[in-house]
Amino acid sequence: MNARAEAFTRCGSAITTNALTKTFHGHTVLQPTHLEIASGEILVLLGPSGCGKTTLLRLIAGLEQPDGPNMIRFDGEDVSALPIEKRNVGMVFQSYALFPNMTVAENVGYGLKVKGIRRKQRESETKRLLALVGLEDYADRRITTVSGGQRQRTALARALAIKPRVLLLDEPLAALDAVLRERLRVEIGLLLREFGITAVYVTHDQAEAMAIGDRIAVMQRGRIEQIGAPKAIYHRPANDFVADFVGTMNRLEGRVSDGILAVDAEHTQARLRVGGGDRSAVVCFRPEVARLTAGPGAIRARVIATTFFGATQRLVAEVAPGRQLQLDLASSLHFAPGQIVAFDADPQAIIEFEKDA
Amino acid sequence: MRSRSFDVLLILPAAIFTLAFLILPLARLTVEAGTGPSGFAGFFAILTEARYRNSLLVTLALSIVTTLATLALATIAAQTLAHRKFPGRGLLLSLMTFPLAFPGVVVGFMIILFGGRLGLVNSLSMAAFGTRAIFAYSLFGLFLGYVYFSVPRVLLTLLAAAEKLDPSLVEAARSLGAGPLAIQRDVVLPALFPAMYTGGALCFATAMGAFGTAFTLATSIDVVPMLIYTEFTLATNAGMAASISIALGAITWAALALARSRAMRDTKGG
Ligand SMILES: Nc1ncnc2c1ncn2[C@@H]1O[C@H](COP(=O)(O)OP(=O)(O)OP(=O)(O)O)[C@@H](O)[C@H]1O
Ligand SMILES: [Mg+2]
Repeated sequence: MNARAEAFTRCGSAITTNALTKTFHGHTVLQPTHLEIASGEILVLLGPSGCGKTTLLRLIAGLEQPDGPNMIRFDGEDVSALPIEKRNVGMVFQSYALFPNMTVAENVGYGLKVKGIRRKQRESETKRLLALVGLEDYADRRITTVSGGQRQRTALARALAIKPRVLLLDEPLAALDAVLRERLRVEIGLLLREFGITAVYVTHDQAEAMAIGDRIAVMQRGRIEQIGAPKAIYHRPANDFVADFVGTMNRLEGRVSDGILAVDAEHTQARLRVGGGDRSAVVCFRPEVARLTAGPGAIRARVIATTFFGATQRLVAEVAPGRQLQLDLASSLHFAPGQIVAFDADPQAIIEFEKDA
Repeated sequence: MRSRSFDVLLILPAAIFTLAFLILPLARLTVEAGTGPSGFAGFFAILTEARYRNSLLVTLALSIVTTLATLALATIAAQTLAHRKFPGRGLLLSLMTFPLAFPGVVVGFMIILFGGRLGLVNSLSMAAFGTRAIFAYSLFGLFLGYVYFSVPRVLLTLLAAAEKLDPSLVEAARSLGAGPLAIQRDVVLPALFPAMYTGGALCFATAMGAFGTAFTLATSIDVVPMLIYTEFTLATNAGMAASISIALGAITWAALALARSRAMRDTKGG
């Protein structure tokens, strides 16, 4: 265990939600949700805009009132009736919500100040947190004079300073540029683990979700579609929506006979060996499981474009006009637009969903 | 690159305006003030002569109390109206800003209808307790009139500022355990401060120079603008009227400058 982390008491509570529901003006924004978040776990809420991520986070925070009683517990204790002031949760907002009239250090120490902690203790605690997020040299700077990344870290330190039971982050990196975002998501992930704090982290960026979460909950229309470790979500998506939302997924629909899927679209004779009995099926595979082959169960497609990624290249190819697939192949191979490629997919890595009515 | 002569051209209208309506009349007023019986010492008459000094003190006190009361009312109202939707919000806002349309004289009449001999409060009081309750012509009536006159202007300034306040600032403070008082002190009031300064300055200057309301109500109180009026028309002492005018302007300006420098220091000290 890291020596720096020893300095902090473990303070993460387990969170349980029991049929947690939220309705705004007769419109149910969060369907009954059961969640078990372990102490010290980092759960990422991932989903498209408007799916209810922020609402779920604000319910846990105590900024919104759930539809019924007894729906949220911290370490088994019902906190539904506690207002946010009493819930002892740390919050990091997308806009950071730092107090513009205070310095970096005053922002970080604010929670300790309103809790009536003595100045001496407050200052040493603030110093320690600033060191932890690498802002010692900026302690006395006005918050309006530091960079976006520094503000982000100030906001994190401010939330951690009160030793919260849980840390709640709503798209904390969304306001930063891509390079900084990538660096900070690694840093934040490490920091949260070092703290051992229970964290709920909202994002709509799947790469961020993969990098930070112990588990990811993929949401759609106020419902959790799947919850699990990043690898499980990626390799074994529970349904079409999750498969599409996390990573790139190729999708073929058709009838299977003698273990071969025949894609039903005009102008295509695409076939793929998938195994199993006769049925209608939706078959998905990721770009990286495509293999060049010339066998009978191969898909033939016309190359439209290639993008060089270093070790691999991504081919966009179409099996029929408008029906595109993406393939990751070794970049040493050469493909020209218009050329026909024949390929199949590793049967182990093929994911099949029931065809919905 | 813009030419210098173009810049000069841009400030020309404002310069002409300032010269024609401020500096020239002021110079004339200053010369006029020197012609009074006590010469240029007349400038200090407002401080040295007991009657004028009392009038100045009353006006200052009235203006300060009016400003504080207006700011308190408007700050509370602005926070209630910003970020909140409730039935009747629009109606409430238009009722609160309705007095914008009234000149000071009309505000004076309204105070008389409210607190005069035949006013609402007196009728009720006579009916209920058999005691008289007349305050329209007192300092209190003047104070009510000034507040009524100023609240809409200050409210609109503060409402704009309150609506710009990021609600997540308040939520962040709450999550850190701050109660309502700490949130006002550390988050809301600092954010509203520039607007409170602007609104307060406007209110103070208006109260110092208010004439219409004073003319209808201040039958027994000599606020400075009334003093100037009586010196000018009744005593036909134009010199004294001019020197008091200049002194009033200077004192108002100095008070605002003082408040401003304090305000700057306070926000910097954070
Ligand atoms: N205070 C509110 N009153 C009414 N409807 C609301 C309120 N807050 C959220 N909603 C609605 O609830 C739904 C979910 O909103 P929420 O903010 O939780 O989505 P989100 O997943 O965080 O989206 P985004 O990625 O855009 O932030 C939306 O349809 C939104 O319009
Ligand atoms: Mg959101």
